[in-house]
Amino acid sequence: MHKLRQNLSHLYMMLFLLYLLLPLVVMSGAAFNDSKLPSIVPWKGWTTIWFSEMIADQRMMKAFVNTLWVAAAVAVISVVIGTASAILINSISGRARTVLYGMMISTILIPGVVIGISTMIMWTQLGGLLFGPDTRPWPFIPGLHLSVLGQVSYISAMVMLLVLARLQSFDAGLEEAALDLGASHSQVMRRILLPHLYPAIGAGAAVAFFQSIENFNVTQFTRGGADTLTVYVFSKVRSGITPTINALAFLLIMVTLILALVYEVNRRRKARIEAAREAEARRAEAAEM
Amino acid sequence: MQDMLRRYGPGLTLLMCLLVAFWLIMLVIVPNITLFEQSFRPYLPVTEIGGPRDTYSLGNYMKVFDGRVEKSILGFSYTIPVHVYTFLLTIFYSMVVTVLCFLMAYPLAYYMAKIVNPRSLPTLILLLFIPLWVSEVLRAFAWWIILAFKGPLNALLQAVGLIEDPIRWTNMGYTGVVIGLIYTYVLFMLFPVYNAIQSLDTNQIEAAEDLGAPWWKIHWRIVLPHAKPGIASGSVMVFMLSAGSLLVPSILGSTTSQWFTQTIDQWFKDALDWNTASAYAFLLLLLCTLIVTLAMWLFRVKLSDIAK
Repeated sequence: MHKLRQNLSHLYMMLFLLYLLLPLVVMSGAAFNDSKLPSIVPWKGWTTIWFSEMIADQRMMKAFVNTLWVAAAVAVISVVIGTASAILINSISGRARTVLYGMMISTILIPGVVIGISTMIMWTQLGGLLFGPDTRPWPFIPGLHLSVLGQVSYISAMVMLLVLARLQSFDAGLEEAALDLGASHSQVMRRILLPHLYPAIGAGAAVAFFQSIENFNVTQFTRGGADTLTVYVFSKVRSGITPTINALAFLLIMVTLILALVYEVNRRRKARIEAAREAEARRAEAAEM
Repeated sequence: MQDMLRRYGPGLTLLMCLLVAFWLIMLVIVPNITLFEQSFRPYLPVTEIGGPRDTYSLGNYMKVFDGRVEKSILGFSYTIPVHVYTFLLTIFYSMVVTVLCFLMAYPLAYYMAKIVNPRSLPTLILLLFIPLWVSEVLRAFAWWIILAFKGPLNALLQAVGLIEDPIRWTNMGYTGVVIGLIYTYVLFMLFPVYNAIQSLDTNQIEAAEDLGAPWWKIHWRIVLPHAKPGIASGSVMVFMLSAGSLLVPSILGSTTSQWFTQTIDQWFKDALDWNTASAYAFLLLLLCTLIVTLAMWLFRVKLSDIAK
């Protein structure tokens, strides 16, 4: 009976993985089908025409570049804000901490639609108040910079959580020692605290970057006339599509797969070295006895 | 605070406080206050803003009750304002998505925490992460292809003889939307539940087994109560993401499946009436928060359990 349940759970895991990955395979497969509609049935023969059409699609390339810029800006700003917030939260206590922390966390749960509309309205209203409704200068008009600000408002909280978790393992005594030995405040920050936080900051930057690429709701309401990849794909899906989107999806999935593969190989190598070291230690111990 | 000043000096402390203040005040509080304020003003041409007609009223919120439609459930027919109807259905189907996500994720979460060989766990997690890195719009698009009238799902079902004629999946009310939302958000349920179960001492399960408890009782009395905070945070996440999703309902929706975010989008983009869009967005935020709070009170979970 126990054995049966175990096998059933292995089977369930397989089915779940199949469920998660098969749609991606179908989508990638349609990129090679010589059919005007994106589908894998009926199969009309191999082609790579959709890839060359994708490269010829100026708007898509522009959207792609925009996406990278927005994501980079979001990653930089939210890493700075998120790290500062984590340090601040870590060094206060009591009611102030609870309130601030609650406020930061709640931004993750605010629907993107609300963030998008509120960011858009606030900046345009502010511009109208300062300069009159018709002559608002740059930061107060709709555009991708507002998308960046809107996305930062909740992605910062994710970075904050990552950095805060890392701060738990930080020994504040190191800072004391450095100060006692005559280090300046900025040296303490640059040479002691930040190096300890780098892994979390790196992870935060990666999460922020990918969250930004994913984002649709905030961008949709703040972008003005500019496109990001997500918005462009969305408009394509709604208004008669060619399989160029599939070609794009295939490439993105390939990049993901390669990164995942590199990560996995690296992890296994580390695990093997670790195991060898442990075996060595055990042998040495046995020899001593 | 004193501590921070002593460690990083006045300059750096001020800088960090300013960064946090910019975030919370300029990017969160003031935009939401503006949204709230604008939602009480009428939509007017630019020249009339600030004029005699620009007064506060509940007019935008009252629009929710305009346009009654006739519906019937179980033979009872009644009339209901169309936007209220949309909102109720959005909430209802978001709950359906949340429950289905839990049912699908729980066995796998338990498997990952207690059954699978710990050495193959990192590989499994990596595989599970792949769809998360592929963007949401593409995941919805993948299902758009699969569910198409002449798509692979119908072809497969016909080939194995389960159905005679192809089914119009994306024209069956909310079916397409629910399928798409589950696929997009099930992992947001999986990982919190997995984290919660992982911290359960396996000895407790073995003790229960030794004392003769059947497997369902072990789950009901030991694993589920222990995993409650994880289940709660996964559910809050999936519910809020589903109710707030605009992409999936727009791509996989049918002619009869209106999502509340789509209504907001129409006020904003088609009618260009930002004030009513604000009112509706504020309603969405307020009511979803209320529902989540109510659910947490019902299941006796605290917010601090969730943010752990």
